[in-house]
Amino acid sequence: MKEEKQYENNPLTPHLQIYKWNISSLLSITHRIITVVNLFAITLICFWIISLYFGPANYEVTQLFLKSFFGKFFIISLCWSFSFHVLNEIRHLAWDLGYGFDLKVSKITGLITILGSFILTALIYLIGKNLL
Amino acid sequence: MSQFSLPKNSKILKGDYYEDKTGSTNIKNINVYRWNPDDGKNPRIDTFEVDMNNCGPKVLDILFKIKNEFDSSLTFRRSCAHGVCGSCAMNVDGVNTLSCIKSHSDINGEINIYPLPHLKVVKDLIGDLSNLYKQYESIQPWLKTSKTNLEKEEILQSEKDRSKLDGYYECILCACCSTSCPSYWWNGEKYLGPAVLLQAYRWIADSRDEEKKERLKKVADEFKLYRCHTIMNCANSCPKGLNPAKAIGSIKKMLATS
Repeated sequence: MKEEKQYENNPLTPHLQIYKWNISSLLSITHRIITVVNLFAITLICFWIISLYFGPANYEVTQLFLKSFFGKFFIISLCWSFSFHVLNEIRHLAWDLGYGFDLKVSKITGLITILGSFILTALIYLIGKNLL
Repeated sequence: MSQFSLPKNSKILKGDYYEDKTGSTNIKNINVYRWNPDDGKNPRIDTFEVDMNNCGPKVLDILFKIKNEFDSSLTFRRSCAHGVCGSCAMNVDGVNTLSCIKSHSDINGEINIYPLPHLKVVKDLIGDLSNLYKQYESIQPWLKTSKTNLEKEEILQSEKDRSKLDGYYECILCACCSTSCPSYWWNGEKYLGPAVLLQAYRWIADSRDEEKKERLKKVADEFKLYRCHTIMNCANSCPKGLNPAKAIGSIKKMLATS
């Protein structure tokens, strides 16, 4: 057993620092980060809805925020993060069913997820603006 | 919590620069990770100016050239040089591969050569894989059957059952996939990693094996199996073109449906 630990104090070879990214690894880490972002976003939306119960004044504050440039940016970003999450989750569901593991297929579905998330965001925006 | 940066003793320093002495017009700069266990210094990157007009086609040929012409102390594992033994697995140009089947003409500009990622380095391009071998042993990679060899007859397998092993039996355990997997980097002690799970699946899928259920039960663990998040670095790096992600997906599916 002692032999197994003989290299314990040796340096660790580089990993994240040198490894090349590809679509699937990039989407995987984005998915993780977006999950956390969405978790906060949903919590915020819940607080916003609760605040509405305490009268119209609260609504005006939110309205003011959402009308500002930062507010718009915030909301559109959330539309994207939710779109991305839904699409990539569909990818994961397909994997769970045993489909889409082929390298080419996973690359294509990855690209569809990226493009689709922007298209979906645009659609949500246009529908919300009554332009569609 | 995972440590994403390298520990202090692993930070990479700038190493020596070896100039070309042949006066060749076709020079490629080769950056190679070096670490000597005897000098007590940090790892370094040495740069070699290699004459590509007189070099074999593969990355392994470059390493031999460096060892022969520049620095004979350069250390790396290799054996068959034909992509069969899996000894020369290393990180070339940011992706794990077998250096003996990787053409250097595929790479533009300088070539960076590192050992397999997130291992304890033994010397230069050699990483310590004993944890992976221990995990391989833990899945008991041999046929389990109630038959003794007293029957004196083969265990037959239909063509269809045999074909279920295609894409899995070809694995040569070079460890390119496991050491490319971020999940294995952060949880290598507990997560079995793509190579070992592919091997586990190879025995689960074998129609001649009689302990399929026990095998499945054994890997059904939050850490051993379910640290796979389908990052797909494994399939992207496999030099034999196999797909460990699919094997792991198949195990997960079997567990979910059994």
